[in-house]
Amino acid sequence: MTTPAPSPSRSSSSSPAGQQSLTWFALPALIFVVIFGVVPLVGIVALSFTTWDGIGSVSANGLSNWKDVITDPGMPKALWVTFLVMALSWLVQTPMSLLIGVFLAGHQRYRALLAVIYFVPLLLSSAAIAITWKALLDPNFGLGTGLGIGLLNQDWLGKGPLALSIVIFIVAWQFVPFHSLIYQGGVRQIPASLYEAAQLDGAGRIRQFFSITLPQLKFTIITSSTLMVVGSLTFFDLIFVLTAGGPGDATRVLALDMYIRGFRGNLMGPASVIAVILVLVGLSLALLLRRLGGTNNNESMLEGA
Amino acid sequence: MAGEPAPSPEVNVDRRTLFARSAEAARPGAAGAAVPGLSRRRVLGLMAGIPLAGLSLAACGSAGPGSSSASTGATYWSLTGQPQEGIRQATVERFNAANPDSTIATTVFQNDAYKTKIKTALGAGEAPTIIYGWGGGGLRTYVQADQVEDLTDWFAQDPQLKDRLFASSFAAATVDQKIYAVPCEAVAPIVLFYNKALFAKVGVQPPKTWDEVLALVPAFNSQGIAPFSLGGQSRWTNMMWLEFLFDRIGGPELFESIYAGNKDAWNAPASLQALSEVQKLVKANGFIKGFSSITADSNADQALLYSDKAAMMLHGAWTYAQMKDSAPDFVAKDLGFVNFPTVTGGKGDPSNTVGNPGQYLSISAKASDTEKDVAKKFLSTTLLDTTEQKAWIDSGNIPVVNGSDSLIGDSPDAAWLQFVYQTSSQASTFVQSWDQALSPASAEVLLDNIAKLFQLSISPEQFATSMNAVLGQ
Repeated sequence: MTTPAPSPSRSSSSSPAGQQSLTWFALPALIFVVIFGVVPLVGIVALSFTTWDGIGSVSANGLSNWKDVITDPGMPKALWVTFLVMALSWLVQTPMSLLIGVFLAGHQRYRALLAVIYFVPLLLSSAAIAITWKALLDPNFGLGTGLGIGLLNQDWLGKGPLALSIVIFIVAWQFVPFHSLIYQGGVRQIPASLYEAAQLDGAGRIRQFFSITLPQLKFTIITSSTLMVVGSLTFFDLIFVLTAGGPGDATRVLALDMYIRGFRGNLMGPASVIAVILVLVGLSLALLLRRLGGTNNNESMLEGA
Repeated sequence: MAGEPAPSPEVNVDRRTLFARSAEAARPGAAGAAVPGLSRRRVLGLMAGIPLAGLSLAACGSAGPGSSSASTGATYWSLTGQPQEGIRQATVERFNAANPDSTIATTVFQNDAYKTKIKTALGAGEAPTIIYGWGGGGLRTYVQADQVEDLTDWFAQDPQLKDRLFASSFAAATVDQKIYAVPCEAVAPIVLFYNKALFAKVGVQPPKTWDEVLALVPAFNSQGIAPFSLGGQSRWTNMMWLEFLFDRIGGPELFESIYAGNKDAWNAPASLQALSEVQKLVKANGFIKGFSSITADSNADQALLYSDKAAMMLHGAWTYAQMKDSAPDFVAKDLGFVNFPTVTGGKGDPSNTVGNPGQYLSISAKASDTEKDVAKKFLSTTLLDTTEQKAWIDSGNIPVVNGSDSLIGDSPDAAWLQFVYQTSSQASTFVQSWDQALSPASAEVLLDNIAKLFQLSISPEQFATSMNAVLGQ
C-alpha cells in the first residue's frame, strides 16, 4: 500500500538543466530575503554590541548588553512566559484544529456553512481582535454586565495566571481556524482506499482515526506545529494591545520585552540582544521540528497530490 | 479523492512565515541603523499607532526647518491637535504681524512623531530655533548634549518675565540650578474628583486626611459602591497615588533625592511608608474590583465615576473636559473636586500638588544669534499675552500665568477653573509627573514596578530594591 507521502521519484530526478532554471526562479525571492531578512539581521547583531538610544551616536560597548540582558532578573520570567505561551498554545490548538480539520474534510450536512463560520476569526486583524476582546472582558462594562451574568465579571486581565490563560484562549480562537484548514487539506489527501480496507477489516470510526488518519497526518502535524511554535515566539500585536505585558510582567513575552526596552526605554542595544536571541531560538525550534519529521518531508508532502 | 492542491500552499505558508518572522525580529534595530529618524518613526507609528489612537490627528511631518527664514527669523516646531494648535498658531501670527521683519515659521507634528523627530533633528544639528517640550528628564538629555540655550541670565536680566509665571512651573525647566526653558501654555494638576450624589447617599464628607480616606473605604464598600475608580492597566494612573503619598509623607525633598539619584533613595523610611500605605488601601479594597483590567485610554475609569459605580477618582485636570463631554449633567450637578488629603505626621505641605506644571519652550544652542534674538523676543512679548491667556481659559484650561484667574469671569466652568487656578498657583511645590521627570529607561522600570506593587505581588521593600538599581540612570 503506497502512502501519499514518501514517493521521492518525481522531484529528486530532475535533470541538470531543470535545476539551473530553478535557480533562476529562486533569485527574486533570494534578493528579497537578503534585503529584508539577512541585511537587517546582520544589523541587529552589530547593534547588540553597541549603546544606542535611538537618537544620538552609536558607540560600541562590547559584551555589556549581553551581560545586562542575561543577568536581568526579568529575563528568566520573560523566557518562561514565552515558553508557556508556546507550549500551552500548542497543547490547546493542536487537538482542536485536528478534530475540526477532520470534521471539515468529511461530508456531513452544513459542513460548508460551519466551515465559513469557523474561519471568521481568521479574517480579522490581531489588533482588532484584541480591542474587541478587551472591551468584552472589561470587568465593569463588559460581557458579564451586558448579558447580566455576574460570573463573567472577573478581573480577567488583572490577575497574572488568568491574564495568561486569556491570552492563550484568544490566540487559539484566532488561529485554530487556520490550522484546521491545514488539517482539512491533509485529511483530504488520505486515499479513500485505506478507509475502505479498514472497514472491510472491521475497524470502527475511532480505530480508523487513530490507525489511519493520525499516522497519515504526521507531516501535516509537523507543519502545523512548526507554524504554531515559531509563530508564538513572536506574538506581539495581540498581547501588546490586550494587556501590554501586564499585569506586572505576567504576559510580557520576549517580543514585547524587546519592544518595550527598545522603543519605550530607548535602549536599542539590549533590545537587539533580545532580537538576536529570538532569531536563534526560532531557527533552532524550526530545525528541530524538521528533524522530527525526517529529512525530506517537504518533497514527500508535495508528492501527495 | 486526493485531487485538491492542499499541500503546496501549506509549504508556501511555512516558508513565508519563517521569513516574515526573522524580518520582524530584525526590524527595530536594523531599520533604525540604516536611516535612523525616518524608519524608526515609521516603525514606531506602525507598532504603536493603534493603542495610541486617542491622538487622532493625522501626522503631518511636512517640511524640515523653514530655511527661507533662516536669516531673518526663527523656526518653531510644535504639535498638532486642537484647541492647542489653533491657540499656538494665532499667537505666532500676532507676533509676525507685529514684527514683519523678524518672523517665526511654524511646523507642526503629531505628538508621537514629534518626540522622535525632535531628537533626531537635535542630533543632526537641524533643530528649530524654538523647541517645544515637556521639561524634566527629556530636557535634561538635551542639556547634557549641549543642545539647548541656558536662559538663566536672560531671566535674571528681566525679573518681571519670571515673576509673572507660576513659580511652581520652573522646577521642570531647571536642570542643575539653571533654567533651560520657558514655561508656557496650560497647567494640569492631579485632582481628587468625587461624586457628590454618592457622598450624600452614604452621608459622608470628602476626605481631608489619609485616615479619613481609609475610613471612607468600608463606608462605601458596605453600600456596594467602589470607593475609588482606577484605570490600573495604564500604570501611570497608579503612579499618581504614589506621587501624592510620597509628597504628603516625605515632603518634596523625598522625590528630589530620587531624582538626583542619591544612593538607596527609594529605601528612605518615608518612601517605604508611602509604598505600604498604598498597599494598605489596595488590601482594604479601596479600588474598584478588577482595576488592573481597566485602562485610562478608554476613559472607563471616568465612566465608573459618573455612572455612580465609584465614589472618587484621582486623575488629571484634563479629564474634566472629557467628562463634561460624556456626562454634561453629572459634571454640572454632581462632580466635586478637592486637593489630595494630608497625611497625619507627614512632612509635605498640604498645598503641594503633582501633575503637569506646564509645557516648555527651549531655544536651540545651535541657532544663529539673530534667530535666538527673534525667539527671545517672541518668548518675552507675545507668548502668553492677554489674548493667548483668554484663549486658554475659553478652552477650559488655566495658563501658567499669575493673575490669569481675573480672565475667568462668568465662564460656565468658573468654579472648576478657579479651583485649578488656586491649586496650581498656590502650590508651594508642583511635582512633575514622575514618568516625565525621570529618564525614559528608568521611567519604564518604575511603571512596571508600580503595577506589581498595586498587584500586591511585590512588597514595598522589593519595590525599593528594584528601583534603587536604576537610580540615576
